Amino acid sequence: METFFQQIINGLSLGSIYALLALGYTMVYGIIKLINFAHGDIYMLGAFWGYYVINVWHFNFISALLSAMLVGAASGVIIEYFAYRPLRHSPRITALITAIGVSFLLENGMSYLFSSNTRDFPQIIKQVNYHIGGVLISNIQILILVTACVLMVLLQLIIKKTKMGRAMRAVSVDPDAAELVGININWTISFTFALGSALAGAAGVLIGLYYNSIDPLMGMTPGIKAFVAAVLGGIGSVPGASVGGFIIGILETFVQSIGLSAYKDAVVYFVLIVILLILPAGIFGKNTKEKV
Amino acid sequence: MLLQVNDLVVNYGVINAVKGVSFDINEGEIVSLIGANGAGKSTILKTISGLLKPKSGKIIYENKEIQSQKAPKVVAEGISQVPEGRHIFSGLSVMENLQMGSFLVKDRSKIKQTFDEVFERFPILKQRKNQDAATLSGGEQQMLAMGRALMANPKLILLDEPSMGLAPIFINEIFDIIKEINKQGTTVLLIEQNAKKALSIADRGYVLSTGKVQLTGTGSELLANKEVQKAYLGG
Repeated sequence: METFFQQIINGLSLGSIYALLALGYTMVYGIIKLINFAHGDIYMLGAFWGYYVINVWHFNFISALLSAMLVGAASGVIIEYFAYRPLRHSPRITALITAIGVSFLLENGMSYLFSSNTRDFPQIIKQVNYHIGGVLISNIQILILVTACVLMVLLQLIIKKTKMGRAMRAVSVDPDAAELVGININWTISFTFALGSALAGAAGVLIGLYYNSIDPLMGMTPGIKAFVAAVLGGIGSVPGASVGGFIIGILETFVQSIGLSAYKDAVVYFVLIVILLILPAGIFGKNTKEKV
Repeated sequence: MLLQVNDLVVNYGVINAVKGVSFDINEGEIVSLIGANGAGKSTILKTISGLLKPKSGKIIYENKEIQSQKAPKVVAEGISQVPEGRHIFSGLSVMENLQMGSFLVKDRSKIKQTFDEVFERFPILKQRKNQDAATLSGGEQQMLAMGRALMANPKLILLDEPSMGLAPIFINEIFDIIKEINKQGTTVLLIEQNAKKALSIADRGYVLSTGKVQLTGTGSELLANKEVQKAYLGG
C-alpha cells in the first residue's frame, strides 16, 4: 500500500510536467489543427534558459521560472510567425513536416552552439524530504505539483474568463465567424502559441529541478509522451490534456516500480495505440454534434 | 448613399462567381438580392464583409473604399454579417456568443445597453443565456447569430439566407424581426432564396443570375414582374 501511494506521489509530480506540456499541444491543435512537434524543444529551451540565468545571473527559482516562461512564449510566437504562418493555407501534412523540421533545427542548433553534453541543472532549492506515513515526499515534488497546478488554474481562468480566451475558443470552433465579429485571427493564434509555449518553458525549469540534468535532446521523449497525454485526454480539450498528463505520469512511475523500467517509454506508446484503436476521440474528446 | 458596389468582379477559387455587379443601398433601406443557387449572392456578401478579395471593382461605404479591407476592419466600420448557416460558436454559451459580437466595442456601458436591447428583442436568448449555443434549435441559433451581429451596433447588417432550413413559423418570426431591426435604424442587405418573403419586406430588390444583375426595382415591382414570378416565385 505504501508503495502504491509512493508511486502516486512520484507519478503526480512527473505527470504535472507532462500535463503542462500537453496543454501546449492541445491548445495549438485546437486553434490551427497542427501537431506542433517542436513543442518539446521549447521545453528544452526553457530548461537551458533556467540553467543559464541561475548559474550566470544568479536568478532565484521564481524569477528563473517566470523568465523561462517569457523566453518560451517568445520562441513559440517566433516559430509560429516564421515557420507555420506562411503555411496556414497549405495541406496539413506540409505544416506537420515543417514542425518536425523546426524540432530538428532547435535540437541540432542547440547542440552545435552549446555542445550536446548533458549538464547538471543547478539545485537552487535544497532538497528536503518529508516522511508522511511511510511515504516519502520531497519539497521539490511539492513545488512542482503546486507550480503546475497554479499555472493550470491560471490558464483555465484566461481561457474561460478573459476576452482573449473567448477569442481563442471562438477561432478554434469557427475562424470565419470569428473574423466576422472582428477578431484578428493572426493575433489570436500568436497569443495561443505564447500561452502554450510559456507553459512549456515553465515545465523545462521544473524538470531541471526534478531530474537535475539537461541536454539539447531532452525535449524529444517527453514531447512525444505529452503528445500521447494530449491524445489520451482528447486532443483539443484543455482539461483533457491535464488529466492525460497526470495519467501518463502515474502510468510511467508504476511501470518503473514493478521493475519494468526498460519498458517505461514503450508502455506510453502502447497506450497511444490502444487509445487510437478503442477511443480515438480521447477521454474528453468532443463528439461534435451540430443542429442544422 | 450608405453602400455602393461598383462593377464588382470576384473569383471564388477558379470559378468566376461574380461578373461585374453594381448596386447601392441607401441609409435606412431594406435591400434584397435574390437569385438561384450559384448566382453569386453569398460571394458578394463575403466580399463586402472582407472575407474575400475582389478581382476588380469597388465597394464604397460612407464615401470610403473598403474593398481591400480585412473582415475585422469592416466590422469596425459598422458592417456586420450574419453568415449563411448561422455559424454560431458551439461550445460557447449563448452569453459568450453575444459577448463575441461586441468584441470591438470598447465602451462597457454601451455593451451593457446593447445586451439589454438584444435580450429584449430575443427573450428566448435571455432564457437560455447560460446554455451551450450548440444545444439551441435552428430558429434559436438564427436569432443568436442575428443578436451576435447586432452586438457590434452595426449601421448596416448583411443577412445571408436567414430563413434557410427553418420551420415556417420561425421564418415568419425572423422576417418580422428583420423589419423591426430596420425600423429601429439599421440598414439591411438581405439575400434569400425565399424570394417572395425577401421582396415583400424589401424597399428595393436586385435579381441576380449567373453572377450578374438581371433586374432591379422596388420590392413590389419585382413581386409583380412576370419573369420574376416565373423564375423565382413558383409561377
